[in-house]
This record gives sequence, C-alpha cells and structure tokens, in this order.
Amino acid sequence: MSPAPNRRTVLTGLVATLALVAVPVRADDELVAQAVSELFGDAPRQDGRITMVLPPLAETGNTVPIQVLVDSPMTETDRVRRVVMLSTRNPRALLATMNFGPAAPKAQFSTNIRLNGTQDVLVMAEMSDGSVWQAQSRVLVTVGACDTLQIRF
Amino acid sequence: MPNTRIRVPKTAKAGDIIEIRAIIQHPMENGFRLNSQGTAIPVDIVTEFACTYDGQEIFRVQLEPGLSANPYFSFYLKATKTGPVDFWWQDQHGTVTEASETLEVT
Repeated sequence: MSPAPNRRTVLTGLVATLALVAVPVRADDELVAQAVSELFGDAPRQDGRITMVLPPLAETGNTVPIQVLVDSPMTETDRVRRVVMLSTRNPRALLATMNFGPAAPKAQFSTNIRLNGTQDVLVMAEMSDGSVWQAQSRVLVTVGACDTLQIRF
Repeated sequence: MPNTRIRVPKTAKAGDIIEIRAIIQHPMENGFRLNSQGTAIPVDIVTEFACTYDGQEIFRVQLEPGLSANPYFSFYLKATKTGPVDFWWQDQHGTVTEASETLEVT
C-alpha cells in the first residue's frame, strides 16, 4: 500500500493539474486574430482614439446597446475610413463593419449587438492614412444570445 | 416588405450636425439556433445598409449575424442644403427595402 499523500505531494499534483487545464491560446483568440488579419492584414495597431459605450452588465446577450465614437476631424485628408466591431466569444468574430462616406461629419454611431456570454468587445478603426486604432471593453452577459432557451415561459 | 422606421428632423439650420436614426423589422436569424426538431434554423439576415444625403453616401454597414434582431443604427450628418435622405437595406435573398425623408435646410 502506498503511503498516504502528504501536503507537499497534494499541492504539487494540484499545480500540475492546473497547468494542464490552462491552455495557453484559446480557439476563440485564434478566430479573432484570423478575422483581424483578414480585415487589416499585418498593419500595426495602436490603442486609443476610440470611445466606446457599452453596459458593464447585460441581462440578455440578444440586444446589447453599443455606442462608438472615433476621435477624428473627419476632413478630406484625415478621416475614418471604416470601423469594425469584433466579439471574442461569439461563433463568428466579426459583428459588423461600418463605413463613413465623404459627407459624414463625425465618426459616431450606435447600434445593438448580440453577445454569446461574458466577453470582451473589440472595436477597431482604420484611418485614411492607413493607421489602425483599437479599444476593448468587457461585458458581463447573464444569458448568451446563442443559448437562449427555445421554449419561452 | 419589412417595416422600417426612420427619424430625420424636418428642418435644420445650415451647418448643423444632426442625428439620424433608422430601424428595420427583421428577425436576423443567426443560424446557430435550433428549432423544436433539433435542426439548425437557417441564417436569415440583412446584409447591407446604406444612407445617402442629397446623393452622397454618409454611412454604410455590412451586417453580420452578430447584430441584433430589428437592426438599429444611429449616426450623424451635416445639414448643408435641402435634399432627400435615402435609406437602403438589402437582405441575403436580395430583397431591397427603401425609405426616404426630405430634410429642409433653412
């Protein structure tokens, strides 16, 4: 019969199990990285210039209001070309692409998005000079958009 | 023809930046839900939305299943002269829905 496990062996075993469970790269991250590289290639991305308003807590992921404002003078030479919204946990990373025409006075919009569970929402803006800016915000979702119950009570 | 609701102010002063709102009734079925038989409900979404003011495009969206049912957008335009504000939606079956409102600039 083997000796009873002492505190040290139990702890070592626990740490080893945790290390196995913690997968370094999540499949979702790959999905997002793939979507980003399809959209912007390998253009460098900088943090900032984007203000995003999202509720910190959403009861249902079916309709989460989002408001995005990109800091840009929107002149002919310096303007926002497009704004992309990405989800880090939905089955599809891309949520929508917004393009601003030459007559748009400011790069601001609101809409409603679907979120499949608690996650980060990523917003990226491409300027007319080719620079790409990004911002990220976390939303706590109680009921995800994809696992909504079929039968309504 | 799906129902649409748009909000454009009747009048505006030249140079004003005004908010425009547009909503279309559409289920935006995301393709990941199952019906009572356990088979996936096929995707049915609006794929594109555009808004032009006096013939010039101001806002265009490529929609994905990640947008909510009855997709809603609010955005801005700068009033320059009296002209139509046209809205245009297209769903994945190619059905086009249009709406228009005239903005009077004083």
